[in-house]
Amino acid sequence: MQVVIENVGKKFQSSRGDVTALENIDLTINEQEFVVLVGPSGCGKSTLLSMVGGLLSPTSGRIVVKDLIEDRDPLIGIVFQEIGLFPWRTVYENIKFGLEEMNLAAGEVNKRVDHFIRLVGLNGFEPAYPHQLSGGMRQRVGIARALAIQPDLLLMDEPFSALDAQSRTLMQEELLRIWYQTKLSTLYVTHNIAEAIYLADRVVVLSRRPGRIASIISIDLPKFDRDKGTNLFKFNSYCDQVWQLIRKDAQLALEEGDEQ
Amino acid sequence: MSFQRQVQNQMAFMDHQPPTWISAAAITAILLLWEFSCRVGGISALFLPSPTAIVAAGYEMLQSGELLTNVAASLLRIGLGFITGSTVGILLGLILGFSSIADAVGNPIVHALYPVPKLALLPLIILWLGIGELSKVTIISLGVFFPVIINTYSGVKNIDPLLIKVAVSFKTSRTNIISKVILPGALPVIFAGLKLAAGTALLLLVAAEMIAAKEGIGAMILHYGDLMLTDKLMAGVVILSLLGLVFNRSLHWLERLVITWKQ
Repeated sequence: MQVVIENVGKKFQSSRGDVTALENIDLTINEQEFVVLVGPSGCGKSTLLSMVGGLLSPTSGRIVVKDLIEDRDPLIGIVFQEIGLFPWRTVYENIKFGLEEMNLAAGEVNKRVDHFIRLVGLNGFEPAYPHQLSGGMRQRVGIARALAIQPDLLLMDEPFSALDAQSRTLMQEELLRIWYQTKLSTLYVTHNIAEAIYLADRVVVLSRRPGRIASIISIDLPKFDRDKGTNLFKFNSYCDQVWQLIRKDAQLALEEGDEQ
Repeated sequence: MSFQRQVQNQMAFMDHQPPTWISAAAITAILLLWEFSCRVGGISALFLPSPTAIVAAGYEMLQSGELLTNVAASLLRIGLGFITGSTVGILLGLILGFSSIADAVGNPIVHALYPVPKLALLPLIILWLGIGELSKVTIISLGVFFPVIINTYSGVKNIDPLLIKVAVSFKTSRTNIISKVILPGALPVIFAGLKLAAGTALLLLVAAEMIAAKEGIGAMILHYGDLMLTDKLMAGVVILSLLGLVFNRSLHWLERLVITWKQ
């Protein structure tokens, strides 16, 4: 499976005329590849993710999923920044939500939910409601819910940006562990450069107004322990390289304020 | 020379909890004062019968069976009217909130009819449906319908769009979006509407029974008012107060039964 983004652009209409959010985006996400979109606020990275997820239509260009094993719409699991758990559903029922639409046998549904609850380490919390969980645990439910449909492609829109710094570090490690067990093609959006280098096979740096691909950087580091020991020097130089690409745009974004 | 002061919690007054018995004590005190003024203070029983006199009158009415007949007649009317009005209100509210076409067509109509005091429609409804039970049930369900549809509608409109996005991302069908996301999301606001409607229902019940009924609490109160039997009239008023209380408590109970996910 391969996701090909072909010459995609997106314009939004505003009271002061059209705003070009994205322009000339060409990008391919390969089988089992972890691609991270990173950029300053307002660069349109979440917009691109929404278009890949089929929640927004591009103004120009197209997005194609190639080499599907079956002739059907691709299954896309999305993890949202604000998580979006249904408050009236327990942990178990939230993870089950996507499976309910798939006409699976009841036994299969339960088996899958149990599997993914264990995968994200939430055993014992099945009957809890979202308001009873911490932010990190809630996002584990969000991840399990997206993974449970066994998607062809996983989309994650700043999934840990609402968490405190400590939970965030732990969840990044956790995500790597989970990802390694599924090896799903993943498109991940973040504004956190270290997070991008920590997780990605390739980092796509977006510039701002209009959002364009400024650079694509392949991360030549082992998948685990990137920020430790002998990897640390290379890790930091990647971070610096991305920061130099983003810095000016981020400064401008700060001065203009967030107009999204 | 130096001074020392301990820092005091300025917010302490917010934490102050009154003892639990104070509500019961206040009611008892008022009842005692009332009883005392009637017995010693020379207030005429015609204008304000004492609490004990009201209870005695109520007991007498209970024994003769008239209380039960009247309460049963009223309960049937308000029950039927409330269930019909709220069911239709919730269904139409969901449709209006979800479908933009239904919204464009229905919303102006609902808001044009909402401010009309429903009692003003009673003569028309009696003309259409006759003086029997149907017209009374109809006026109650009309009174219930409006607060319920308006609350349901605003409940639907206030659902976090992210939840709908989530459902869409899992390829959920339209009908399932309504039943699995919109209805549960709107339920807390729907219940607020039902509680509001309970008051309206009681008001319309009594009014309709005073205008056109032989049986029912409203008719009973009017009857004893005409006969200047104030203690029996007051017994009817007390029953109404209890009825309202029971109504509200049952809705509260139902809400906690249905909405299990809140603290």
